[in-house]
Amino acid sequence: MIRATILVSGDPQSLGRGADEVKLAIEAELSFYGLENEVEVGFGGGVTRIDMLPTVSIYPEGVIYGPVKPADGTFIVEEHLYKGRVVEHLLLPPDALVSGQLASLPAGKEGKQYAEKRVLLRRVGVVDPYSIEDYVAHDGYFALGQALTTMTPAQVLNVVRESGLQGRGGAGFPTGLKWSFVASRAEETKYVVCNADESEPGTFKDRMILEGDPHAVLEGMALAGYAVGAHEGWIYIRGEYVLSKERLEQAIHQAEELGVLGDDIMGSGFSFHIHVHAGAGAYVCGEETALLESMEGKRGTPRIRPPYPTVNGYRGLPTVVNNVETLANVPPILLNGAAWYRTLGTKSSPGTKLYTVMGDVNITGLIEVPMGITLREVVDIYAGGMKDGRAFKCAQTGGASGSIIPAALLDTPMDFSSMAEKGAALGSGALLICGEDTDVVDLAYTLVRFFKSESCGKCVPCRVGTAQMLEALDRLRQGYARSADLARLEQIAQYAREASFCGLGQAAPVPILTGLRFFREEFEARLRA
Amino acid sequence: MPESTNVEHIMEKYGGDREALVEILRDVSHAAGYVSPEALATIAQRLGLPQSQVYSVASFYSLISLEPPGKHVIRFCQDAPCHVAGGREIWETLERELGIPFGATTPDGAWTLLTTSCIGACSVGPVMMVDDEIYGNLTPARVREILAQVGGGV
Repeated sequence: MIRATILVSGDPQSLGRGADEVKLAIEAELSFYGLENEVEVGFGGGVTRIDMLPTVSIYPEGVIYGPVKPADGTFIVEEHLYKGRVVEHLLLPPDALVSGQLASLPAGKEGKQYAEKRVLLRRVGVVDPYSIEDYVAHDGYFALGQALTTMTPAQVLNVVRESGLQGRGGAGFPTGLKWSFVASRAEETKYVVCNADESEPGTFKDRMILEGDPHAVLEGMALAGYAVGAHEGWIYIRGEYVLSKERLEQAIHQAEELGVLGDDIMGSGFSFHIHVHAGAGAYVCGEETALLESMEGKRGTPRIRPPYPTVNGYRGLPTVVNNVETLANVPPILLNGAAWYRTLGTKSSPGTKLYTVMGDVNITGLIEVPMGITLREVVDIYAGGMKDGRAFKCAQTGGASGSIIPAALLDTPMDFSSMAEKGAALGSGALLICGEDTDVVDLAYTLVRFFKSESCGKCVPCRVGTAQMLEALDRLRQGYARSADLARLEQIAQYAREASFCGLGQAAPVPILTGLRFFREEFEARLRA
Repeated sequence: MPESTNVEHIMEKYGGDREALVEILRDVSHAAGYVSPEALATIAQRLGLPQSQVYSVASFYSLISLEPPGKHVIRFCQDAPCHVAGGREIWETLERELGIPFGATTPDGAWTLLTTSCIGACSVGPVMMVDDEIYGNLTPARVREILAQVGGGV
């Protein structure tokens, strides 16, 4: 008889902070007290701020400890599980907990930790990702059941369209519109593909969903399948995400056993099967057509668009390709309605957004906040301010393919259209915050080096352009470049931006172009007289 | 287990499906350390594909190796978040300590030094993977410690 369940946060951040050792210490202590048959121990997702990880959650009490060291784990077993006393001094501070309230952000109130708004992460770290029962007990598969029994596919599509949900992979394309393109196709076989090839440097938001709440993605895919008339779904997952893959496969297996995936779901007559396809290490495969090529067993080079995957996708058939975060938005939208969803975020970009915050700030990690929060709010409130009192210099948003943005844009609301108006990109949601001592030329060099090594080589502007840009930046960095070299660098960057075949090549020069737009004097200061 | 059996075994798992080529190559590379010319020929023959095509796919992906690796493989993250967190110093330490540049294997076959793109552990950067283990918050001293610890068994 199991009387208690312990979940140790088992996301990569926690593992990097010793979660493995904590779990081992807890297991050893449990068997020392002969409790191993009464208390089960597993890994969960990360429940809180990164600096509070790893956490240990004990159910059914719902007590959460953090940050926990191995010796604390031993102590928690002895005190909490053996003697039945909560260890007060190890409890997670209440301000690090998720209240579920919308963050209110009055200006000028410093030093207060605001609550995040968790819609997508509401179950992450709260449920056992290996347990479908946990998911069901937290409203899981309820949206799917409701849709299949009380709604037509067109009605489901309509709710998603009215919600204003935009793709979270970076481009912000309206999800309902994309689905309607596929729904309107006459082909009998269509596919839903979940893009889980999360490779944008500094982005690990999808991984947190996949590892902490895998069923949410499956439910979102099944709903997409119902809306567009597809009966098969594929998850293309990065080859490096071994743990995510394992949890997804387990989740699919459980869902099929329970009858919420597979043939004749919940007796509705609708069938939907999901398969996992792992990649083998190629950033370009995050581009949707390259991803489809890779799924077909080929080199992951992009296809020409149009035709878009909605017309000519996997195996040449109409295919919805959605990002993990996008799909995880679908069940809560169906459950609570489009009007509810529009109460979150901004008018043009409803909902919440996951950001991974890194760099010279006090608190790094994953946050979920309403769309439209400004970068200043992220830095001052959620990230606990700049590290060591450094001044903010610039932020690199959206991973490598995003932009370098200066302090002048700190108060721009972060949603897809507001950022685009300022010539910046929201991208994947990675926010690399750089302090005053950051060398922008060196930062641009690092970003372009990434693109050079990830270029698939299909088109010249990207293959040759990235190499030439990198060489020019290296000369500049080392003080050998003259002003003509800088002009040439800018020209090549523009060519690559305009002439590259796919998004990778078009994004590669962005660090240079945005770097030059906002920090030109730093590039010029490196020139040889 | 002889390598051919290994390849056959992996191929069986995926049936004769050409679409599974990337997955087959990755699994073979992971199991044997790399895809040998013999393994490549077997895969091509079983799937009814030209070897050139299998080679072109194999050489495209970073998790598929066509060269035998060293006993331990280091994959160091060279992306911006780790770079900003002090990655360059770690990069230099690794090259100096092992006496080889990135992309190379030490003459005694003990270490292969590779770079990787983001492994999603940015908040504990700089980060490297040694074989299947992730090590974060690296400092030059910590790197030397890890090398001694992991390499101790060589």
